[in-house]
Amino acid sequence: MLRRALLAAPLALAVRPARAAEASVTIDNFVFTPPVLTVAAGTKVTWTNRDDIPHSVVSAAQPPLFKAHVMDTDETFERVFDTKGTFPYFCGLHPHMQGTVIVT
Amino acid sequence: MTEHLDRRHALSCMAWAGGGLLWTVVGGVPRAGLIGSAQAAGTGFSFAQVSDSHIGFAKEANMDTKGTLESGMALVKARKPAFVLHTGDVSHLSKPAEFDAAAAILGASGFDTHYVPGEHDVLDEKGTAPFIERFQKRQTQGTPGGAYYSFDANGVHFVGLNNVVNLKAGGLGNLGAAQIAWLEKDLAGRTASTPIVVFAHIPLWTVYEAWGWGTDDSSKALALLARFGSVTVLNGHIHQVLQKVEGNVAFHSARSTAFPQPAPGSAPSPGPMKVDAGKLRSVLGVASVTVVPGQGPLAIVDTPLGA
Repeated sequence: MLRRALLAAPLALAVRPARAAEASVTIDNFVFTPPVLTVAAGTKVTWTNRDDIPHSVVSAAQPPLFKAHVMDTDETFERVFDTKGTFPYFCGLHPHMQGTVIVT
Repeated sequence: MTEHLDRRHALSCMAWAGGGLLWTVVGGVPRAGLIGSAQAAGTGFSFAQVSDSHIGFAKEANMDTKGTLESGMALVKARKPAFVLHTGDVSHLSKPAEFDAAAAILGASGFDTHYVPGEHDVLDEKGTAPFIERFQKRQTQGTPGGAYYSFDANGVHFVGLNNVVNLKAGGLGNLGAAQIAWLEKDLAGRTASTPIVVFAHIPLWTVYEAWGWGTDDSSKALALLARFGSVTVLNGHIHQVLQKVEGNVAFHSARSTAFPQPAPGSAPSPGPMKVDAGKLRSVLGVASVTVVPGQGPLAIVDTPLGA
């Protein structure tokens, strides 16, 4: 069992791309920029709060597919989007702030 | 629905006072005066409103939110109100240490204080639970988890509402069906002549939709209040005094003890306004506000702020 697991580990690493795609969303003045982000499946999206008020990132799906802990100034939230689709989200503190991640 | 805001109004909102509001009930009509102002004097039953203390916030707009809350409470104490209402955002990030610090300052004042949560007070994974445990335990036994309750004082019925949870994408503040059903039950059987004071964090009227300054289902709550002769709605959240009188309902939003926010639409965002530190404290208690009934619909009463 143990030997099999050890053999499988490097194999799993090998099928991953050498460097995962990354994309970012910034929050300035209570706005997600870009408001619509289109990425390839497997991309890691990082949100950064540059306001001096805390914000969060909450999936608008019911129930929510993801939910960031609140981000204070300069704090970040990361999520890898593995599934194709359209993922609307909003700020849990200021729900008029909205954005969308489109995974192709 | 946004009222026209002229330059004078925008400027008046820049003058900030960190004190609370003193409310006096005369003939069933609550009147508000900034604590420290001569116009706040009255012989009726009075209570104070303190809001948006944001303990834990320490940025350019105010590096000492504990100090400004202490100043506000000192002014409250001098007025000897019957009790204090805190309309939310007690803390900045719902951290236990922030709750501790706020409770110490507010508790030291010796006043019976009635709290409702702001969105900054329910950021813990357990939602409203830590806030209720700390600030509402004695009031919300009948409504577990809801963070809303009511009580009576001197013939006035006070209703504390929670409109900061279960917020929806693109929406405003939210009361929810369960709370509205509770409110209906709470108000049933009360005579229409009972003065009602409703206090909640986010304004229960639409101050500025683009900034989320309103409550999606407040019309349902207001419909339940429509038969009462005197209804006063006290809110926080927007860190400035704005008033509106509609029918028998007087809406009023209070200043923060932490930092001012811009007048609706007057800045790129509702983020904290940075004013000169000297100015921040120098305007304490220099302004007064009065709830003026009978101004007709859509009247946001401009607030004279200081000499």
